[in-house]
Amino acid sequence: MMYVALRMLLGDRAKYFGLIFGLTFASLVLTQQSAVFLGLMTRTFGAITDTGVADIWVMDPKVQYIDDIKPMSDTALLRVRGIEGVDWAVPLYKSLLKARLENGNFQSVNVFGLDDATLAGGPHTMLEGRVEDLRMSDAVIVDSVGAQGKLAKPPSKPGGKPTPLHVGDSLELNDRRAVVVGICKVSRTFQSQPVLYTTYSRATTFAPHERKMLSFILVKAKPGIAEADLCARIRERTGLEAYEKETFIEKTMGYFMKYTGIPINFGTAVALGFVVGVAIVAQLFYSFTLENLRYFATLKAMGASNFRLLRMILLQALLVGATGYGIGVGLASLFGYSFRDTELAFRLPWQLLLGSAGAVMVICALSAALSLLKVVRLEPAVVFKA
Amino acid sequence: MVSLDPIIRCSKLTKTYGQGESAVQALRGIELEAFAGELLMLVGPSGCGKTTLISVLSSLLDADGGECRVLERDLRSLSAAEKTAFRARSIGFVFQAFNLIPTLTAAENVAVPLLIQDMPRRAAVRRATEMLERVGIGDKAGKLPSQLSGGQQQRVAIARAIVHEPRLVVCDEPTSALDHQTGERVLKLLRENALRDGRTLVIVTHDHRIFPYADRIAQMDDGRVVSVQRPSEKSQ
Repeated sequence: MMYVALRMLLGDRAKYFGLIFGLTFASLVLTQQSAVFLGLMTRTFGAITDTGVADIWVMDPKVQYIDDIKPMSDTALLRVRGIEGVDWAVPLYKSLLKARLENGNFQSVNVFGLDDATLAGGPHTMLEGRVEDLRMSDAVIVDSVGAQGKLAKPPSKPGGKPTPLHVGDSLELNDRRAVVVGICKVSRTFQSQPVLYTTYSRATTFAPHERKMLSFILVKAKPGIAEADLCARIRERTGLEAYEKETFIEKTMGYFMKYTGIPINFGTAVALGFVVGVAIVAQLFYSFTLENLRYFATLKAMGASNFRLLRMILLQALLVGATGYGIGVGLASLFGYSFRDTELAFRLPWQLLLGSAGAVMVICALSAALSLLKVVRLEPAVVFKA
Repeated sequence: MVSLDPIIRCSKLTKTYGQGESAVQALRGIELEAFAGELLMLVGPSGCGKTTLISVLSSLLDADGGECRVLERDLRSLSAAEKTAFRARSIGFVFQAFNLIPTLTAAENVAVPLLIQDMPRRAAVRRATEMLERVGIGDKAGKLPSQLSGGQQQRVAIARAIVHEPRLVVCDEPTSALDHQTGERVLKLLRENALRDGRTLVIVTHDHRIFPYADRIAQMDDGRVVSVQRPSEKSQ
């Protein structure tokens, strides 16, 4: 009988393609919008994941997220280093500074000052130069997107293309010369500012002078030491806040979720996709069932049980659901892949695929439920009405 | 050959639609018997209760009162699931508008009652094709209903009604959508095939031209069976 259900569904091409189209559209909007939302959210904590070597981030207790800098005194580093269970601890400077470009324009850049001795927390992927080159005089490393975009040198003639920044080029930070010694690849930032790495001591000279300059302390726990326990110990002994990397990511993301309105803006688009999906698919599926009601009644009269008819309808819903979901997610993936190296924020983890599959199944279940109700209540004696 | 054992026995059968002042009494104490190997026609004016009666006989509708035994079973004592299984096994249907599923081929349509009984699809379609050959349209097995004439569609419907060898076949106006000649051919076919093996055939019809094909004719009026006659008696 499942074969009969499939033939009933596939035989009506117009309805079948209409259902597939509705589900593809719903699945595409749900997945694409959610992936862009996740991509944007990922950018909020990109700096944390890029600084991969540290298990624990130590900061002023008032810090709410990665870009909310409340500098600490340099002595905090020594206090943290003295705590039992700390394998190593290094300073990290992070701030938004203004870089002066060749054409005289100013551009805000995210400056990271790495520990002079170890350069811990530096970029993972170098496209030009080496991280160690930061030990050279006035050296900075610039991210590739910034080098090709906002920090690029102005075109030599009007209407020409800007020239990307390369190793050997220079720019000014707070009236101090900075020489590019490397180009790196990093996660894009939420506000799309270029990222610039240098040493901690040099970063503090680039920055306007303040009494306290230490933004974060990156900590590695000794082998066998539980990170949560170490965080608690740091909090207790220093009065500073200490988070495991994942907790700091959650805190940063939580801030943006709570205060930026991004979730509600994307949530509306996702909800709209869901509602439109339900409306289109439920209407088409219901009208498909209505058109076939005479035949469902005939099957019922001939001895097909309600349970068997329910299974037939569920199979039909499952087939259109799976096909529509597959095409929709495929299109969303293609979209993400096509714009992979652009400003588009797009992240499609397996959890999102699972979530949108669940949403599509809910759409199908809601649509099928209307039809199921109609078929269950169907009086088989209607077959004798012409 | 007609047996003396009643396949259908209805006594004081009643059925009312609606309640209160809007209530309509469709069956008012039906007394009726049908025997194995018999072709019984139910005739009468519109609204006299013919369709309600075959709906009750085929366990599609519950009677309110009286007794109705079909194939030695008291229909009123069966649960919904038992009635569904009973219909699947023991009753074949031929509908006025054929009710063939338009996206299935003729053979697949005929195979449906076998599929309902969980016969594997290949075996069911093979047996359905044999049945189509028996009703004279074996060459149309792969055609969709829309590619068949009205007479051919009704042959498919007849093949579907008997493919699972039910003991009772119920037909609702089987010739009303057909011209006279085709209607007669369909009736001959029904007699030849549906009455085999002691099967009972109950036909609801308005078409007096097919009365001669009946063994007996039950005349209904206002929810009652007013007479049961042989065709020769009725024509007099």
